[in-house]
Amino acid sequence: MKNHVQWESSLFELIRRTSVDLPCDIEQGLRRACKTEKKASRARWVMETLLENVQKARDLDAPLCQDTGSLIFYFQVPVGFDTNALVSATRLAVARATRLGYLRQNTIDSVSGAACQTNVAYGAPTFYFEQCARGTVDVRLLMKGGGCENVGRQYSLPDESLGAGRDLEGVRRCVLDAVISAQGNGCAPGILGVCIGGDRATGYECSKSQFLRKLDDKSPVKILARLEDRLMKEAKALEIGPMGLGGNTALLGVKIGSMSRVPASFFVTVSYMCWAFRRRGALLTARGGFQKWLY
Amino acid sequence: MALLKARRLDYPFISEQVEALRAGQFVLVSGLVYTARDRIHKHLFDGGKSPVDLKNAALYHCGPVVIRKDSDWVVRAAGPTTSLREEPYLPRIVKEHGIRVIMGKGSMGKVTEGACKAGGCVYLHAVGGAAQVLAEKVVAVKGLYFGEEFGLAEAMWVLELKDFPAIVAIDSKGHNLLRRVKSASLRMGRKLMKSSDPFIP
Repeated sequence: MKNHVQWESSLFELIRRTSVDLPCDIEQGLRRACKTEKKASRARWVMETLLENVQKARDLDAPLCQDTGSLIFYFQVPVGFDTNALVSATRLAVARATRLGYLRQNTIDSVSGAACQTNVAYGAPTFYFEQCARGTVDVRLLMKGGGCENVGRQYSLPDESLGAGRDLEGVRRCVLDAVISAQGNGCAPGILGVCIGGDRATGYECSKSQFLRKLDDKSPVKILARLEDRLMKEAKALEIGPMGLGGNTALLGVKIGSMSRVPASFFVTVSYMCWAFRRRGALLTARGGFQKWLY
Repeated sequence: MALLKARRLDYPFISEQVEALRAGQFVLVSGLVYTARDRIHKHLFDGGKSPVDLKNAALYHCGPVVIRKDSDWVVRAAGPTTSLREEPYLPRIVKEHGIRVIMGKGSMGKVTEGACKAGGCVYLHAVGGAAQVLAEKVVAVKGLYFGEEFGLAEAMWVLELKDFPAIVAIDSKGHNLLRRVKSASLRMGRKLMKSSDPFIP
């Protein structure tokens, strides 16, 4: 690939900004939620601290959260595009962002326990590629911390303990259970990505790809939009609150998608993303030049 | 900021000061604390030596982003990590080393309640993800242990804090704020799951 330097530089800027600059839709969500918490309450204190943190990270050009998470890149490239070269440019950008402290040394060899200096290793970062009939490259990045990754859950319906059958009422029960189980431990207020269907692997993939949606959008599938609304109201009624310290705001959003399934399986997969919702995207030219921000 | 009424907790953490704290209170911590997460906890639990005397000390569950600037360490981001992972190790460590303060985030269970009760110790909950607000409360990096062995995120950093804000989540009587919140949410959850209002397309 030509213009290796330009690719590296555009991708580095995407990583840097994702790490330090919370997207506008999420910040507005935090602001709205903050107002619903009682003055001088623990919940209000948490929400105000989060907003202060967002501003500080931006001003200081420093990571929003010290757990800079696992990096998941979603690329849409022109047909016939050389994705191998794109992978190597991305790896270089990740290594530089680590050297400069935009990313923590956050990649561990699962067998030896050794910490990797660059965050470039087998399985890190994660890449998804799709070919699209257009001339530009659409790249989106999620940085997902371990605290919220650990509270994700997958259910197989029917689930007797929840009284959850193979229908949308069953899905509602699973999601409620996931919120109750998570409490504040995924760094609430979080956003849920839910996948109805798929298999054990694609269910999680689809649930995470829900995080690419804007916070204030609604599912285009009417019935799922209704379910999203209802779950938001019910999460509030649980009074788990920010950080699980009590209050109104356990969630900023619920995003539900679906995939087809085989007759024998009915999975409901819930991924949790913390309030430090690091998600950015950029449109790049076919030569790696920056065109515009997508979030 | 509409502040909650703040109590102070200053190093060295003497028992009267720690034991006077109650679950739900807002505290500002100042003085020396030691970061410790998964590797350090396992090391101490397995009988490994601590490079510093941890009597009456605070363990902070944190893996900061720290970079070298000339000959100094600079904290780029530092907030709490999930404490629950360390719960199985805590009773022994609190007892054998005389830990007074545990700082981290997220709910902790009966094991930590017991360790706090037995050791006159408290568990303080900091705001998860607030790595910049909290990094600012780190006024100096006083030392580094196990950096080579465990990596910089898992190392034991000696940090000096000034007015580090947190909520007392478990006090030395074993009262647990997050357990109360969880119990209430479970009750409400059962109500919401009653089939009187199922979600029907």
